[in-house]
Amino acid sequence: MGLDFQQFIPSLPYLLKGVTVTLQIVIVAGIIGFVLGIILSIFKLSKIPVLSWIAAIYTSVFRGTPLVLQLMIIYFGVPQLTGIQIEPSVAAILSFGLNSAAYISEIIRAGILAVDRGQKEAAMALGVSPRQAMFDLILPQALKNIFPALINEAVSLTKESAVVTVIGVTDIMRRAYIMGGEKYAYLEPMILAGLIYYVLVMILTTLAKAVERRMRRSD
Amino acid sequence: MINVENLHKSYGSLQVLKGINTQVKKGEVVTIIGPSGSGKSTFLRCINLLEVPTEGKVIIDGTDITAKNTNIKKIRENVGMVFQHFHLFPHKTVLQNVTYAPIKVKGLSKGEAEKMGKELLAKVGLADKEAVYPSRLSGGQKQRVAIARALAMNPEVILFDEPTSALDPEMVKEVLEVMKSLANTGITMLIVTHEMGFAREAANRVLFLDGGVVVEDAPPAEFFTNPKTERAKEFLEKML
Repeated sequence: MGLDFQQFIPSLPYLLKGVTVTLQIVIVAGIIGFVLGIILSIFKLSKIPVLSWIAAIYTSVFRGTPLVLQLMIIYFGVPQLTGIQIEPSVAAILSFGLNSAAYISEIIRAGILAVDRGQKEAAMALGVSPRQAMFDLILPQALKNIFPALINEAVSLTKESAVVTVIGVTDIMRRAYIMGGEKYAYLEPMILAGLIYYVLVMILTTLAKAVERRMRRSD
Repeated sequence: MINVENLHKSYGSLQVLKGINTQVKKGEVVTIIGPSGSGKSTFLRCINLLEVPTEGKVIIDGTDITAKNTNIKKIRENVGMVFQHFHLFPHKTVLQNVTYAPIKVKGLSKGEAEKMGKELLAKVGLADKEAVYPSRLSGGQKQRVAIARALAMNPEVILFDEPTSALDPEMVKEVLEVMKSLANTGITMLIVTHEMGFAREAANRVLFLDGGVVVEDAPPAEFFTNPKTERAKEFLEKML
């Protein structure tokens, strides 16, 4: 009875190695989600109907089905359909990246729409092309305004990444589970895993605050 | 240099411009006045195609800008615009606001653009503000930066859409002074304004718009002392 953390001290390095695995998935998936999210948000605001339909359907599918289902469909579905076996971590990165792109595209779309229309008009009046205006003038302002929402998405991605444990990726969560199985004591490794996630999120939000302060220079 | 022929603009069933015909010569300073809702701003915005006319033609230097194959970007490089609400780029410094388009659109080097930008900022009396962000400026200063930004593209024409209407009264003068000094440089200016004093002193011509048509077109001395139409008389009585 009671808690005994001592027995897990030798396994701590093993657990901490999971941080690299988790971070790798979160960072790469986050980049995929961000880049794809920008593209999708521009599609959504496009005057070309086909592009806005594609983006709308994409978002509704990825928001309308469970993330863990998307993960499994990619992990089991890709080999079944193509014969190519993919690494669990690759499946994890793909599914998280594609999934968060759906959410991020909505955030960015709202951010773009919130930028004063006059900005676009001022750019057009100077002979700036729509594409240049978007990337140099509109998006930077939009991103500054939606930065807190993007950080929210990054935080939730960090925590949600724990579901990769179901396809056997040895992330923080999976390692905690394995440690528990070895000693028939699950509570302590789960508490340790929880602490690690919490610290990761704290570091992320602290960094975000510093970046946000820098971005507010022009206010 | 600017020919406007039978210009119409409607939004759905709302007809804003109902056939405007006018010519503006190179170097002319034309003020466009009239009651709100008369189509002044819409008319101005048709000249750089921020509004697309429903009917009629706008011909600048022989190019019909409403034609399908016209390169709108090229036209806009040559037709600057100053807005009521400035629309400076808030994430760029004052100097960057001025140099952005010359660098990106005209392909000037950063050095050339900055040299010119500094000169223009000095011209509008803001040489000391080049490194600050627009949020630190007063309304009058913002509008002077906006004028410098438009001038940086070295346009033949500048459109002013109520440039002093969003300013506190004590800032109106500094902007009008800059505009007056521009008026003497030979640049063509079209100015939608409620500043009757400015229209009287600095303009060569007054276009009085009402109900989407040009009701009077006269030199300011004539228009202000001896308006021909009832509508213009009524309007001036309310304004002066």
